[in-house]
Amino acid sequence: MAASPHTLSSRLLTGSVGGCLWYLEKRAIQGLPHRVTHLFRNVNNQWVMVQHLSFLKRMYVTQLHRGLSQRVKPKPEPAASPFLEHTSSGQARAEVDELPSPFVPSLPLSRKPNEDLVELEAASIVDRSLDIAKETKEEKQWKEMKVHADDLPGILARLSKIKLTALVVSTTSAGFALAPGPFNWPCFLLTSLGTGLASCAANSINQFFEVPFDSNMNRTKNRPLVRGQISPLLAVCFATCCAVPGVALLTWGVNPLTGALGVFNIFLYTCCYTPLKRISIANTWVGAVVGAIPPVMGWTAATGSLDAGALLLGGILYSWQFPHFNALSWGLREDYSRGGYCMMSVTHPALCRRVALRHCLALIALSTAAPVLDITTWAFPIISLPINLYISYLGFRFYMDADRRSSRKLFFCSLWHLPLLLLLMLTCKQRPGREGDKGEAPS
Amino acid sequence: MAALRPGSKALRPLVGRSFSGGVGRLARERRAERRDAAVSRFCPPRHSCHDWIGPPDKYSNLRPVHFHAPEDESPLEQRLRELRQETQEWNQQFWANQNLTFRKEKEEFIYSRLQAKGLGLRTESGQRATLDAEEMADFYKEFLSKNFQKHMCYNRDWYKRNFAITFLMGKVALERMWRRLRQRHKTTS
Repeated sequence: MAASPHTLSSRLLTGSVGGCLWYLEKRAIQGLPHRVTHLFRNVNNQWVMVQHLSFLKRMYVTQLHRGLSQRVKPKPEPAASPFLEHTSSGQARAEVDELPSPFVPSLPLSRKPNEDLVELEAASIVDRSLDIAKETKEEKQWKEMKVHADDLPGILARLSKIKLTALVVSTTSAGFALAPGPFNWPCFLLTSLGTGLASCAANSINQFFEVPFDSNMNRTKNRPLVRGQISPLLAVCFATCCAVPGVALLTWGVNPLTGALGVFNIFLYTCCYTPLKRISIANTWVGAVVGAIPPVMGWTAATGSLDAGALLLGGILYSWQFPHFNALSWGLREDYSRGGYCMMSVTHPALCRRVALRHCLALIALSTAAPVLDITTWAFPIISLPINLYISYLGFRFYMDADRRSSRKLFFCSLWHLPLLLLLMLTCKQRPGREGDKGEAPS
Repeated sequence: MAALRPGSKALRPLVGRSFSGGVGRLARERRAERRDAAVSRFCPPRHSCHDWIGPPDKYSNLRPVHFHAPEDESPLEQRLRELRQETQEWNQQFWANQNLTFRKEKEEFIYSRLQAKGLGLRTESGQRATLDAEEMADFYKEFLSKNFQKHMCYNRDWYKRNFAITFLMGKVALERMWRRLRQRHKTTS
């Protein structure tokens, strides 16, 4: 555990100007329990943190001015300290006060004991103080596992991976908007809400299953269940409370096909993908299907049928997952290896890069198939060619170079590539009544 | 305050099976003592009737929980607390061992590769020599495949325990609700 650069020991050892000096009475040092004054100074501003010290007989407050002056002021011990819960050897409980320092006048010291004695005692105190400081610091990091109503929305948002859910809902909306037929606002809202709830449920269950693994990976170590902000029971209840209304909304508010796809996707993500991550590299392909289903759901919500357009849209999302995830996983190989995750980037690195490149090229092919299936006009493959070629180029670079730099470039490109591609698809959507006019130029 | 160690014999073989590391028993016990000391050193405030969760452990990265045992603890609540305590210790052992083994084998791998290349452990500037990610990839692949069986056993046990704990939590919550309703019924009637 790294010590703060402004701890006492560094001050005493380095002897920096403006460092603090300790003036402690012998009686106080010999008394039990051992309690020590710590001085911390924040060099960025004039505020001084002072730790309130409580000895058996008396209490001292030491203030450190930014300059060289300092004073020691004895204070009467309060009748009952509300902050002292209990005392036991080796434990220190201190009250921290924050005081502004600029206006502290320099006063002559009230007492100046023998300097040699002070140095010897200070040295031994430093060791004890460091131990106690460490313990106090560790103690302060212990948190009560009590859910506060104000924190609950934030905790549940993180539990349900709300940002990922928002992306999933936007792909569903894109599927809905791209489907032929008039745009039905109530149906659209119900679909979005239902899909959002289903996604929240799936993400919560995923986190419920993966607590010890998440603790060991840097990317996921601040999740609510890992930090104990919520109990597993509450997480499961929340997931159920999202899944049941979400699926019900999709089944009875939209159509049974969309509801069935929603249930299937939750099952695929929680019961197939999540355990499979630790068993076989096939998890990546299953995960790609999980990502492909939401736009299909949007399409089936609008049309009520699973036709070629839905499958093409699903195919585009499916192919996109590979450059996105494979590039991301390239930089996480150490964490995956230590945590026991079976990912292509660890076990079959060449396959990982090959698959990413393959699917970048597939995106070009699928974009070309869009006008063939009457989803978009022919303008779409033409205007999407630059971005598709660019991601393919980055995929090719990743395939050849196989380094962190190329993997990061590919990953970040995938983040803007998909929304832009979907947007272009929407702008080039085949309008009704123009199905014979395939050679129409973009307006 | 000290962690209760239930004699749950059914779960003992699980602990032994999922623990096939190459670290000595003594080191394990020492670590267990240190970890126990860390958890038991912490004392929650007297008025608190909740569990307390601490900072991540240095070795296992798992956060220790200090379980609160109320005076009117029912047998079911006791069973839950003991199961959680035992699962915590089991998890702690597994991950501490896993991470330490990883670190040790990684150092050995780096050392052997550097030796093969004819380089020392330190560069000219005096910093620790490291291998780049592509060279480390061989080690990651080897480590993952070596520990595959161990992870399979751990996964199965973890899923079982997680479900058991959550199911018990549900039962305890229902029991508490029922108790409160009965008390309220008694006071009103």
